[in-house]
Amino acid sequence: MAKLVMTEEETMLADMARGFLDGAAPVSAFRALRDAGQTHDADLWKEMAGMGWAGVLVPEEAGGSDMGQAAANIIAQEMGKTLAVSPFLSSAVIAATALRQVGDARAMQALGRIASGEATYALAVDEGIKFDPEATEMEAVADGNGFRLTGQKRFVVDGALADRLLVLARTANGLTLFDIPADRGGIARQATQMIDARDAARISFADVQATGEDVLGTVDSAMDVLKPALAAGQAALAAELSGLSAGAFGMTVGYLKERKQFGIEIGRFQALQHRAAHLWCEIEVTASAILNAGRMLDSDPEHAELAVSLAKARATDTAKLAVIEGVQMHGGIGMTDAYDMGFYMKRARVGAEWLGDYAYHAERVAALRGF
Amino acid sequence: MSEASLEGFRADLRAWLEENCPPQMRDGLMTEEGICWGGKDWVFTSAAQRDWLERCAAKGYTVPTWPVEYGGAGLSRDQEKIFHQEMARINARSPLQSFGIWMLGPALLHFGTHEQKLHYLPPIARGEVRWCQGYSEPGAGSDLANVQTKGEDRGDYWLVNGQKIWTSYADKADWIFALVRTDREAPKHKGISFLLIDMAQDGVETRPIKMISGISPFCETFFTDATVPKDQIVGEVNRGWDVAKYLLTHEREMISGGAAGLTGTGRALGAVLSETMEELDATLRADAMRCEIDTLAIGLTLERYKDQAEAGQGAGDASAMLKYMGTELNKRRHELLMTAGGSDALEWDGPLGNRAGDWLRTKANSIEGGTSEVMLSIVSRRVLGLPG
Ligand SMILES: Cc1cc2nc3c(=O)[nH]c(=O)nc-3n(C[C@H](O)[C@H](O)[C@H](O)COP(=O)(O)OP(=O)(O)OC[C@H]3O[C@@H](n4cnc5c(N)ncnc54)[C@H](O)[C@@H]3O)c2cc1C
Repeated sequence: MAKLVMTEEETMLADMARGFLDGAAPVSAFRALRDAGQTHDADLWKEMAGMGWAGVLVPEEAGGSDMGQAAANIIAQEMGKTLAVSPFLSSAVIAATALRQVGDARAMQALGRIASGEATYALAVDEGIKFDPEATEMEAVADGNGFRLTGQKRFVVDGALADRLLVLARTANGLTLFDIPADRGGIARQATQMIDARDAARISFADVQATGEDVLGTVDSAMDVLKPALAAGQAALAAELSGLSAGAFGMTVGYLKERKQFGIEIGRFQALQHRAAHLWCEIEVTASAILNAGRMLDSDPEHAELAVSLAKARATDTAKLAVIEGVQMHGGIGMTDAYDMGFYMKRARVGAEWLGDYAYHAERVAALRGF
Repeated sequence: MSEASLEGFRADLRAWLEENCPPQMRDGLMTEEGICWGGKDWVFTSAAQRDWLERCAAKGYTVPTWPVEYGGAGLSRDQEKIFHQEMARINARSPLQSFGIWMLGPALLHFGTHEQKLHYLPPIARGEVRWCQGYSEPGAGSDLANVQTKGEDRGDYWLVNGQKIWTSYADKADWIFALVRTDREAPKHKGISFLLIDMAQDGVETRPIKMISGISPFCETFFTDATVPKDQIVGEVNRGWDVAKYLLTHEREMISGGAAGLTGTGRALGAVLSETMEELDATLRADAMRCEIDTLAIGLTLERYKDQAEAGQGAGDASAMLKYMGTELNKRRHELLMTAGGSDALEWDGPLGNRAGDWLRTKANSIEGGTSEVMLSIVSRRVLGLPG
């Protein structure tokens, strides 16, 4: 039976990741990136690829480290703690999982390029203001042996800089997923200025040519490939948010022990103690849902939907609480740009929306639980 | 244990349950009418209830994880999981519940002598002796270490005088485990002993107290020159606080698990609510979804902590967290049940049975066994290390 407890290897991976990120990608590095107006650190991603992180879900025969979803979650979680910026979720988790479902020679080559860090991906699904893949309207019209894609995508996370795009479009009898280079003719990318200072884009497609080769999986059956990829991404994003919560919480508890008012540490005030303790309880409960999602995706992916939505819903809510309480318990300094708490708050908000917000996942839990 | 032998265990267990669990015991009933508490004066509500208890007790299934020599079945953590899954699969009632199983048993297993374990545990497992908990006093609630009931050393016995309050089922119990001050000079945590007291003596009296839910499950308990032989102490003299705290962690885990509706049949809240309200309105539905999400996540947390404990990764103060989260959740759950019941839920023994009584009873969950505020203070001090 899969246990809800970290294995020795997982603990080692977490320690290793934390050690690396504390050195190479502390919050101060994110701040420097943002101040420089950058949304990507190519050297950092190369280093991560060197450690096997870019290939965490890539099979060994394609050059990956194939450590599984639970390991991917651990890496994402540690990245969340220090707000490390990378295309990890888009490329190493979502795109790799999608390509893996296909597994033909072409997909294996693409997986190899992800693992080595050569190619980055972004997932272009959203068209409205909320995540709703089934409602996709963008069309891929059959044209000879191929297709012509026309339409608009937005909130394409990592989309301004990605080398390739996974694009969801409507075909004659369903939805189809395309894997195309981001610089193909007819694609116009507009980077959006996001509150979390990370890469995202609005992308328009005007008669973009795609061949049958560009179809990932089968025409009209995008969900065979996309569903597992989304599940992997949602679980890892939930893990990132739980790491983010822990990071914000650590800062807050540290501050409670250090800041003095009325001649004593503010952490002596029971009003604050109980709020901090409540927040810790929420973080602990969410951690169980994250661990469970990783275990389910690794052992029984067909039945992991409930576990994944549970994790994303809980993580979204907990992160919200962690940053709201974080700012409040810091007082005025929490509101300043010079202080890091705001970074956590803004990333938590983006993470809440991406790949389905609380309501989206709550509805899925409810449906799976029969109401 | 290998997967194969675990599956063998599951198959054997399933066959045994099929043969031995009476059909009347397969309604998952966890309300007061459904529970078998055991004890000298226990009146079985049916022959099926008696058969079910006796058959389980013979296999050690009333206390599946206790060692066989003390009346258990010696199940491993994996086997225990399977045991609960298989019981839930046929919707079986728990054969026996008691403070002996939840509280005293774990404390004795940890602190008791071999003789004490052999003497006290098997009768608990068989449902022959019913225990109650004598902790709280009028002046010692959240400040439990302030207990004043005193025990005087009279050579070969303790002479006990004082009053306990909120003693659940004291009027139905055969024995009481009690915190008694045996050293009045020592600092308050260092002068308490954990005594096992036979209630069948003139020096012990109980008086039931009526609760807002209409029933009288708890009592005042008076000790007037009650005598307690010297071997009826758990742990060392004046070190009873260690035993008391250890027991509380088990009590809190039990309350959180039971409270969260997690030890029941695991039915989805939405389905339960729909029984009385076909179309949930948007507000209720949203609240129910949130409650369901939290229920599932807290259930996973209970599993995680058990797995961690088995792996030797102790989370010592986890019980305070679970107790707080589980009981606050249960209160939310019962608010939703009342809402879904509408005016039908407002009648005592009305169309929805005891729904109102159950709802009122849950309000005690975040008080009994240590209040939510006390749980948060424990987390704040011991986990977060905030200054006291
Ligand atoms: C249904 C039920 C069954 C029970 N069964 C038993 C039993 O079998 N055996 C037994 O021994 N006891 C039993 N109890 C007693 C229970 O353990 C106590 O009620 C509980 O510990 C609280 O003590 P109190 O009632 O004196 O409340 P108080 O301690 O007076 O608390 C009153 C309020 O003050 C708050 N408060 C107190 N101290 C602090 C603090 N330091 N910081 C912040 N807030 C604080 C509390 O959280 C609470 O909200 C039972 C209680 C109930 C309701």
